[in-house]
Amino acid sequence: MKRFLFIVTLVLCLHTAISLAARPDEMLADPMLEARAREISKELRCPVCQNQSIDDSDADLSHDLRVLVRQRLEKGDTDEQVKQSLVARYGTYVLLNPPLDNTTILLWSGPVLILIFAFLITRGFFKTAKLDTTEQDLLEEEKKRIFKMIDQEEEREEEDDK
Amino acid sequence: MKLHLLPLALFIIMIGFFVCRLSLIERGNMPRDIPSVVLNKPAPGFNLPPLLKTGLKTADFKGKVTLVNFFASWCVDCLAEHKYLTDLASKGAVLAGIDYKDTPANGQAWLAKNGNPYNVIAIDRDGHTGIDFGVYGVPETYVIDKQGIIRYKQTGAVTPEIISDKLLPLIKELNK
Repeated sequence: MKRFLFIVTLVLCLHTAISLAARPDEMLADPMLEARAREISKELRCPVCQNQSIDDSDADLSHDLRVLVRQRLEKGDTDEQVKQSLVARYGTYVLLNPPLDNTTILLWSGPVLILIFAFLITRGFFKTAKLDTTEQDLLEEEKKRIFKMIDQEEEREEEDDK
Repeated sequence: MKLHLLPLALFIIMIGFFVCRLSLIERGNMPRDIPSVVLNKPAPGFNLPPLLKTGLKTADFKGKVTLVNFFASWCVDCLAEHKYLTDLASKGAVLAGIDYKDTPANGQAWLAKNGNPYNVIAIDRDGHTGIDFGVYGVPETYVIDKQGIIRYKQTGAVTPEIISDKLLPLIKELNK
């Protein structure tokens, strides 16, 4: 029972932690529409606090945009139409998942480029590691020479003994 | 490959990026500026009630070059740019003010206190016209040509440099 209460309390605490900026007075009566509004809001970037979605952001403009999204949904716009209406005003900048175009090519190819770069560097490291093994080979040769010399010395000693 | 030089090389590349970015800021290209998509497009349709005397609607832009300035009584930077706008108005520029997300009483009191450089002044209480223009931080200033097309957008306060280097030449050009 204690454990159960603990979990309930934890979930409630977490809930307040993640309950987002959407204010109660913004919410739509229709739960389906409201759910769609929340999903769309999560994908729209707040132009003021630029690394938050309008769903997360407490900025006044985000509040206005959330209301706008809901008004458009109530008028019967599709999710895509709602997003495009904001793209028309603020550009693809407002999409947290921006389309691939001239301005985002570096953004999208960045991870791949970094991966290739990392691969090249790692290969570089392994190549130097190989250099180390050739040094090891030289040591082997030296060892052989040493053994040879020891053998010769022993042979000479044996001859001297005779 | 001299691998031990790699961190140094990466460091130099990184410094290179910083220098490039900082020099862009020096030239007024702020990282937080959003590339405007309303440039060279017709001004959005709107019809706003007046803050003083007459209101403002899209059709009013026809036939003259207009500077549309979004401001608010609660906005600190707006006060900073106010004297430069007054200056600009005295040089004959047509200024249309839009009081953004403000109460009429506050807006009117602000103008009474600081002076009114605007030829017409409207109020956008819910901020929807601002959103249609792509406003995300007042003050913002738009230059609209005789055909009602947006030709320039300034996010943040105008400075004497912006007025002399950009706004005045552009107004002159568009008035030809």
